[in-house]
Amino acid sequence: MIHFVLLISRQGKVRLTKWYSAYSQKERTKVIRELSGLILTRGPKLCNFVEWRGLRVVYKRYASLYFCMCIDEDDNELEILEIIHHYVEVLDRYFGSVCELDLIYNFHKAYFILDELLIAGELQEPSKRTVARLVAAQDSLVETAKEQTSSITNIIAQAAK
Amino acid sequence: MSGPSLMDSLFQRTLEDLIKGLRQQLIGEQAFISKALEEIRKEIKSTDLSTKSTALLKLCYLSNLHFHDMSFAAFHALEVLSSPRFSHKKIAYHAISLSFHDSTPVLLLITNHLRKDLTSTNEFEVSLSLQCLSRIANVDLARDLTPEVFTLLSSNKLYVRKRAVAVVLRVFEKYPDSVRVCFKRLVENLENYDPQILSAVVGVFSELACKDPRSYLPLAPEFYKILVDSKSNWISIKVLKIFAKLAPLEPRLANRVVEPICDLMRKTGAKSLLFECVRTVVTSFSEYESAVRLAVEKIREFLVDEDPNLKYLGLHALSIVASKHLWVVSENKEVVIKSLSDPDPNIKIESLRLVMAMVSEHNVAEISKVLVNYALKSDPLFCNEILGSILSTCSRNVYEIIVDFDWYVSLLGEMSRIPHCQMGEEIENQFIDIGLRVKDVRPELVRVARDLLIDPALLGNSFLHRVLSAAAWVSGEYVEFSRNPLEFMEALLQPRTSLLPPSIMAIYIQSAFKVLVFCLHTCFVRGGSTAGVSASASYESFDDLSVENGADSTVAHGQTCTSAPITNESIVNLLKLVELALSPLLGSHDVEVQERARNLLGFVDLIKLEALNSSGQEENDSERKGVEATKIIRLVHDAFSKELGPVSLTAQGKVPVPDGLTLNENLGDLETICGDIELPSSNTFSFGYPSEEKDVSSFSNLQIKEDSGQSNESTSLLAEHRKRHGLYYLPSGKSEVISNDYPPANDPALQGDNNDNASDLVKLTAESLVPKRKPNHSKPRPVVVKLDEVDEKPVAVKQLESRDDSLSGAVRDILFGSEDILPTSSRSNLPNSNRKGKKKQHMITQVESKENVVDDGNSSSRRRKDHSHGKERRHRKKNAEERNETDRKEKESSSNHPRRHKSRQRAEEPLKVPPQTSVIPDFLL
Repeated sequence: MIHFVLLISRQGKVRLTKWYSAYSQKERTKVIRELSGLILTRGPKLCNFVEWRGLRVVYKRYASLYFCMCIDEDDNELEILEIIHHYVEVLDRYFGSVCELDLIYNFHKAYFILDELLIAGELQEPSKRTVARLVAAQDSLVETAKEQTSSITNIIAQAAK
Repeated sequence: MSGPSLMDSLFQRTLEDLIKGLRQQLIGEQAFISKALEEIRKEIKSTDLSTKSTALLKLCYLSNLHFHDMSFAAFHALEVLSSPRFSHKKIAYHAISLSFHDSTPVLLLITNHLRKDLTSTNEFEVSLSLQCLSRIANVDLARDLTPEVFTLLSSNKLYVRKRAVAVVLRVFEKYPDSVRVCFKRLVENLENYDPQILSAVVGVFSELACKDPRSYLPLAPEFYKILVDSKSNWISIKVLKIFAKLAPLEPRLANRVVEPICDLMRKTGAKSLLFECVRTVVTSFSEYESAVRLAVEKIREFLVDEDPNLKYLGLHALSIVASKHLWVVSENKEVVIKSLSDPDPNIKIESLRLVMAMVSEHNVAEISKVLVNYALKSDPLFCNEILGSILSTCSRNVYEIIVDFDWYVSLLGEMSRIPHCQMGEEIENQFIDIGLRVKDVRPELVRVARDLLIDPALLGNSFLHRVLSAAAWVSGEYVEFSRNPLEFMEALLQPRTSLLPPSIMAIYIQSAFKVLVFCLHTCFVRGGSTAGVSASASYESFDDLSVENGADSTVAHGQTCTSAPITNESIVNLLKLVELALSPLLGSHDVEVQERARNLLGFVDLIKLEALNSSGQEENDSERKGVEATKIIRLVHDAFSKELGPVSLTAQGKVPVPDGLTLNENLGDLETICGDIELPSSNTFSFGYPSEEKDVSSFSNLQIKEDSGQSNESTSLLAEHRKRHGLYYLPSGKSEVISNDYPPANDPALQGDNNDNASDLVKLTAESLVPKRKPNHSKPRPVVVKLDEVDEKPVAVKQLESRDDSLSGAVRDILFGSEDILPTSSRSNLPNSNRKGKKKQHMITQVESKENVVDDGNSSSRRRKDHSHGKERRHRKKNAEERNETDRKEKESSSNHPRRHKSRQRAEEPLKVPPQTSVIPDFLL
């Protein structure tokens, strides 16, 4: 299974972390420090797998972002690469040619999309179209709620005047 | 504290504001964040849920990407969770799955929220709570929510159902009893044709099968069907993983599956699936020649591919194959060797592993030579990786693959001269270990040590200090093999030794002491004060002496090579050199160094006084004095000439307390002698014996006659040991030898005892060594002393966690109990009404459902029984008995269905309760 998913920028800034196994806050920081040291220093045209603490980290660089997933020793590395690519494609479809800034400002959306894709460290939804549909449906749910909120705040604001 | 005002919530910063602010901040990131955190703390107490949820979202952001603690908000997250709005819920669930862990105190309060959402009509809410459950479930949550998850397992909304399936994994893991409730539904989902569901179920099973494959053997037919029918690569990969676990357990299954896998391997275009096939074959089907050949063909394609990923995986697959089919590696030798110079360090390491896998008795020399050349050229990291693997491979199993130790020792010397070498510690250990274990190699060892010691350039490299300390020790311990001991003295006392750390400096001085004693002994004891003593002569005397002493023969080495003459004059020079080199060290800050330097100088003074000063005086006097000196030298020399052998870690326990050794004797007067001796730090290696010996013997020489000196030596050693390991001494003193839990390799106490005249001890230690010697004299390979206890690592007994145990136990109960109905799909006998009251009494439900399962099993088996609640167990027992009977009958007429019968027996094996029906359905046979 996938133990965690990390998105790290080339400068070592963390853009997204998702943990499927139990790691304490302290361990998380340590893991990220270790891995960014390990991965960011690797040159281009090297293989995308790194052995780390008896596990394997599969990473792939898209523009300035490194997508990393940590898996068990006997998991399929190429499959994970495909999952990463899958995720990137879904993001791309959702944001419309995604860039790092999209992920910075919509960090929660990136999470929600990831949640549609993976659950409990396993791939859930292999179809891009379905994911897009599901995310859109949930977004509209949120939107309607927001509209309500804003109208209510408006009411309160007026009342407060 | 008053909540935030309305204005606060109106002008609350949104997440976007926070992110923007963080990117444009002028006051420094930390300051900005702590300010934001302060705001959040205030806002999160708001009664307005929108404000609260925004605050929570911001907190998530900070916690997630800037790692700030958000445990304080746990309760607030729950409050937001109770909001009816989906957007709030979403944020709350996100926060909870991010921050909650097993010991979060409010975890108990979440159960009802989750239950409410799990039964919600909004599929997205259900999915959110499932998602959250998959992350935070603990025993209680898993237990309390099992009924809900069970319901969702057959939800007609695919979206919900696949999530429920995925969550089951976590629930099983935390609360194995849930297996009894949910397992059957999970298995039903295996027959689903929707790829989403199938992928989720197969994923769950592949994780489960990793932990305990045997329990899932009965499901093999379903997996087989999926393997053959599957169109999706994701699913195929997971199924292959399952088969990789199952196949080794059941040869018939392997027979059946190997063909489809090979087909898949031939047909598929997807590399990931192809690799999975290859890996499955090489790990679990390695006895199927044709399959392996096909896999190897594919591996070769990987190896020559441009893509570094494929290359890496190809090498990885090779290393899996290597354990069983070494020929595969040899076939691809060129690629592997070429990969050693790949730009990618990971590929290099992988290929290094492979190269090391190829090493055998015959080619170790060549391969090591090639590798050392690579090491010379490569970067420091990989260089040490190479050296490390050479060292560990060669030393494996007490130097199993080394035949020519002379070669190996010189290789060690060569390796330590490689500029990037940082393996000093390992080389040090092997130097000493080989010295102790392999007698025949000692002359070469001494030669290598000389080359290392004599080179002043090496002293500057701090990584080599450990190697040098080993070399120094070797030179002192085996000085009798050296061509020119004087050379050693010069090397050991050369000025640049001041670069050494004190602990190693101390070893240098100690070794110098030994070499000096050897020189003096050669010069005086054997040849009197005549010039030009050859060492071969000194040899005889040496042997004579050891015989005289009644100790076991120390050196039985015929060949000697000392050629440089040791003259009186050279001795004088030597003593001068010692004085010159060591007098500055008398003021050393390190007690160890100071102590040893003082000892050595004291000894030099003594010798000078006794022997050399007299040389100018008249003959008689000189002779008389010479005798005194000779006596001292002989005594000290004897002390040093005891051979050190490897001592097993458990040897100490075998040594009984010798007779006549009173352990609680008053040692007060020895205190004055030994009181100021600083004990050597225990992190230096097995030096205990010579150093202690020296301290004691040189002191006791001064005071006590030789005869009494022996026994006193042991008592003073004991006193010292007592001082050092006082912790382990009981007042009774009885446990003196037994109590020491972790004696160093050459424990001073043991050696002290050994040194004692008590010959039974000598015998004992000899016994512990002798029978383990390789009796193989016909071979040219020198004898390597082995110790059973040391070399055998305690095999870690793999114990399944109790959780896993109970999990697989539960799975087995279900599977083997209900096996018959599985393939025939007469299912869903669990009435829905059964689940209504579950909230309160899920325990009862479990029993019921379990019974149902058993019922099912019986209904389709030959023996139908009337069941009544509460008697189930007895019935099972009866069933078991009856089964045994039928078994016996079947045995008599087993010619009809021999295989079938066998399969049943196999299944019974892991079970306490014999199963009702055969495990592997006929379809597989």
